[in-house]
Amino acid sequence: MNDLQAIQTEALRQIGAADSLQALDEVRVSYLGKKGLISAQMKTLGQLSAEERPEAGARINVVRDAVNAALEAKKLGLESEAENASLAREAIDVTLPGRPSHVAGLHPVTRTLHRLNTLFASLGYEVATGPEIEDDWHNFEALNIPSHHPARAMHDTFYFDDGRVLRTHTSPVQIRTMLSAEPPIRIVAPGRVYRCDHDLTHTPMFHQIEGLVVDRDISFADLKGTIVTFLNRFFEADLDVRFRPSYFPFTEPSAEVDVQCVMCEGAGCRVCKNTGWLEVMGCGMVHPKVFEQTGVDTSVYTGFAFGMGIERLAMLRYGVGDLRLFFENDLQFLNQFHG
Amino acid sequence: MKASMSWLKSLCPTEIAVEEIVSRLTMAGLEVDAVESASHEFSNVVVGEILSVSPHPDADKLNVCEVSDGTDRLQVVCGAPNARVGLRAPFARVGGLIGSDFSIKEAKLRGVLSQGMLCGADELGLSDERDGLMELPATAPVGLDFSEYLSLPDAVLEVDLTPNRGDCLSLTGLARELSVLTETPWQAVPCPVIAPSHETQFPVTLSAPQACPVYVGRVIKNVDITQPTPIWMVERLRRSGIRSIDAVVDITNYVMLELGQPMHAFDLSVLNGGIDVRFAKAGETLRLLDGKELTLADDVLVIADQEKPLALAGVMGGEHSGISSTTRDVFLESAFFDPIVIAGKARRYGLHTDASTRFERGVDWQLAQRACERATALLIEICGGDAGPLVNTSVAASMPSAAKVWLTDARIQQQLRVAIEPEHVITILESLGCHVTREADGYWAVAPSWRFDIAIEQDLIEELARIYGYNNLPVSLPAQALSMASVPEAKTPLHRLKSYLVDQDIQEAITYSFVDPEIQALLGDGAPGVRLANPIASSMAEMRRSLVPGLVEAVRHNVNRQATRVRLFETGQCFVQTESDLDQSEHLGIALYGQHDPIHFSGVRGVDFFDLKGIVDGLIGLNGEQSLSWVPGTHPAMAPGQTAEVRLDGERIGIVGRLHPRLARQLDLPKPLYLADLHLDPILRGQVTAFKAISRYPRVNRDLAIVVDDGIQWSQVQATVRSVSDSRIREVQLFDIYQGPGIEAGKKSLALSLSLQDTESTMDDATIQAIVDRVISALRAEIHAELRG
Ligand SMILES: [Zn+2]
Repeated sequence: MNDLQAIQTEALRQIGAADSLQALDEVRVSYLGKKGLISAQMKTLGQLSAEERPEAGARINVVRDAVNAALEAKKLGLESEAENASLAREAIDVTLPGRPSHVAGLHPVTRTLHRLNTLFASLGYEVATGPEIEDDWHNFEALNIPSHHPARAMHDTFYFDDGRVLRTHTSPVQIRTMLSAEPPIRIVAPGRVYRCDHDLTHTPMFHQIEGLVVDRDISFADLKGTIVTFLNRFFEADLDVRFRPSYFPFTEPSAEVDVQCVMCEGAGCRVCKNTGWLEVMGCGMVHPKVFEQTGVDTSVYTGFAFGMGIERLAMLRYGVGDLRLFFENDLQFLNQFHG
Repeated sequence: MKASMSWLKSLCPTEIAVEEIVSRLTMAGLEVDAVESASHEFSNVVVGEILSVSPHPDADKLNVCEVSDGTDRLQVVCGAPNARVGLRAPFARVGGLIGSDFSIKEAKLRGVLSQGMLCGADELGLSDERDGLMELPATAPVGLDFSEYLSLPDAVLEVDLTPNRGDCLSLTGLARELSVLTETPWQAVPCPVIAPSHETQFPVTLSAPQACPVYVGRVIKNVDITQPTPIWMVERLRRSGIRSIDAVVDITNYVMLELGQPMHAFDLSVLNGGIDVRFAKAGETLRLLDGKELTLADDVLVIADQEKPLALAGVMGGEHSGISSTTRDVFLESAFFDPIVIAGKARRYGLHTDASTRFERGVDWQLAQRACERATALLIEICGGDAGPLVNTSVAASMPSAAKVWLTDARIQQQLRVAIEPEHVITILESLGCHVTREADGYWAVAPSWRFDIAIEQDLIEELARIYGYNNLPVSLPAQALSMASVPEAKTPLHRLKSYLVDQDIQEAITYSFVDPEIQALLGDGAPGVRLANPIASSMAEMRRSLVPGLVEAVRHNVNRQATRVRLFETGQCFVQTESDLDQSEHLGIALYGQHDPIHFSGVRGVDFFDLKGIVDGLIGLNGEQSLSWVPGTHPAMAPGQTAEVRLDGERIGIVGRLHPRLARQLDLPKPLYLADLHLDPILRGQVTAFKAISRYPRVNRDLAIVVDDGIQWSQVQATVRSVSDSRIREVQLFDIYQGPGIEAGKKSLALSLSLQDTESTMDDATIQAIVDRVISALRAEIHAELRG
């Protein structure tokens, strides 16, 4: 009895003192191994009477379970100490830079264009495209700009020897669409356009997006509503918009659209030349002569068209002051337009 | 068009403030670009007269003048060389102010008292040039307030007119418009008939009546060309941006500004036989007023005499027949030319004149005679002379006719979504000069002779909208039946492709579509690009055949700015002229230069061919199970041995490779540059996924190390494995290439991993080994591979 108590006490002491998994295992063997002290106690049970045996057996089992539990607990403790020590050796400076996984960016023109396409797609417009080297008919004649027209002087056109031109607007895409599709038509035509002009505020190539809607009963009010909604969505602000009569050979009535200056909210600044207004696009009702050229029945259909410069919108949206930056492809500029 | 407010108000006497006038004009489509002051601000400046001039006792260049300001005699020290007795000039009294901060005080100049200042035109902001004292006519009333004398202060409006509004290229035109916008009656310039004082005429023939149906001429004899142009006229011309030349030219310019009729004055003495308005004979020459000699084409209208062309009709007069200092007798011309005949001619000859601007846009075809009367009256008033009879030569059948346009109530409602009262419609259109008749469901409107832009119903709609106010019209959104867009799944959206590249840390660039022909030749495949006829610069003279020249330039731009890692792509049309047609298809270009990754402490490496190849392979994977084949290729601008032609389903879609080191050196690129130029359409083509059953049985891998000749390409190894034609071989991957000790020179060791899987059962070792053995024997047979120990 006292023997058993002493064995347990000594075993627990030795377990407590073990300072490695190996030392702990030696303790286990010396008590619970085949020749261990507790195993030896079990063997003595055979010498006892049948009445005494269960009680004595139970006493030994209690001691064995206690020792086993202590061994297990100690083992877990030693293992976690070993792991902690190993982790301590493997500690890193988490403030070191991560392995780079950079994402570059879209060109601001593309980024703006994508927003424009998305906005108009939400109103059911589809994207249409066309060639950049155009013939005179698609770029001018079909748009009610005959060769003698003074409006041709407003388009500083790049020519090729065979008479073809670099398109001066994306309007030829409207012509191509009207020739190939039946109304109702709702398209936007984005793309590169070219004018023979190069100074602080003009680059010989830039981007435009034009929209065209042809259907029954399309009105000037529909045009105004579309433009106002679009500008407010694009600039994500409730801006004043005004329409000024203007002139384009391919629309009648025609309008220039001014939006309240996004830089100064209409108070007047350098960007809006102190007018509080920014001219952002041109628009109008499709001229009947354009419909005639493209075979649209003017007794049934009316339509509107609008067009704007994408760089101009991007400059206003992102506060870029110099148009030329768009085509220098300087990474310091481009990198500012993430993802 | 520049217009002085004081002149404009003399024709349309409105009390509305300038700012409001500017706003109304602008909002009616006559955009006012700028409002400038016609002079500096000044006060207490009067017409003065110099009574005496004596030299300053202590200064060589100064004089001491006695000046009358109308009430007092004052002593003024003056340095102007034209100071002389009797000269009348603006005189700023003591206490006067010029500009915002120059006040006139009594002062001693080199010891002599000066009581005021005699002024030059520049000092009062009436001229940009310094030219002594401003010389006023001897009739200028001494003592009169100078502001009053010159109708100052005055604002000058710069109106940016659209090409359809040629009718507003005159003060009368602007006054008519302002009258509508301010509801103020305008006053026509009186053009009374001048009775002839002699019977001399100069014959006129209209040989091209379609081009010139009316020509008004008049001989005025004994004109005194030496008479100065009156200062009020000089000032009005100046405020419209026209310099005074001589009285006759000034008068024709003045009438053009006032009424809108460009006119011309010939020296009668040099005209020969009679005027003929005709088309030029091809090859005829004409020396213009500006000294330029033109060779004329036969579609150019000229004013000729019996001998030769005298003037380019509606554009510019000739040198030989113009007014000179010896002119005595003048022949005045006032005509109508068909805009289409004049249009483009000035531009063709590199001329841009006030006359051509007006005739191209359309000059009131009922104005010529009145303008001639007006000019005659002014000429006689200013230069004297004797007017002959006004001769109006016209061909009635060729005269323009007023457009008669039908406008319906329904159209107004449909287009503008407002019901404008008929009386209001009539008021608007009549105020614009239309003659309007109301019918049951619409209006007949006859356009005025000065409006060339009213021809169809839609034009009247615009006029109504314009005067009603665009911003007063209602707003709606189109009410259209909903329709659902198609979403073609087999085509990768371009935006998806761009996102992929951006996520690979490749920045999108946009370069010009025209490139330097030399760079294109250097980087191209030897074929020339399509040339622009009128490039903006020689470095932008040729359309790009690929995206390579633009991207290389963009890389160089950044390398020159110390970038060590440049990764760019661009998509866009490229232009390749084939024998039959012009290919304008879209390309995708990629350029990788310098370090593969940004600097990192774990090490960096330079980008290589396989980086770019991996990116291109990934692109193809965006849409379905297509695979590219990469075939060793050559390109004059690419490094041999590091260039591949890329094929998709056997179709060549582009080239990928390293820029030839020789070119890299030439272009100052110290590190290798890898370039891809690919056709975009095939890359975006794909297919909708068709599901294939997946296998429930385990996949096993078997590694093989083989030794082959150095010249054996990986694609041959792949093809050989594929030639075994066992569907259980799912994949063959390369995980090592080794050359060095243990491998014979000229050979290489390749470590392959075969991935095997059956869809029907778990493969046992014998089955696996049988497949591997067949692969090995194929490799032995086809590419003489040996198994490595
Ligand atoms: Zn502003």
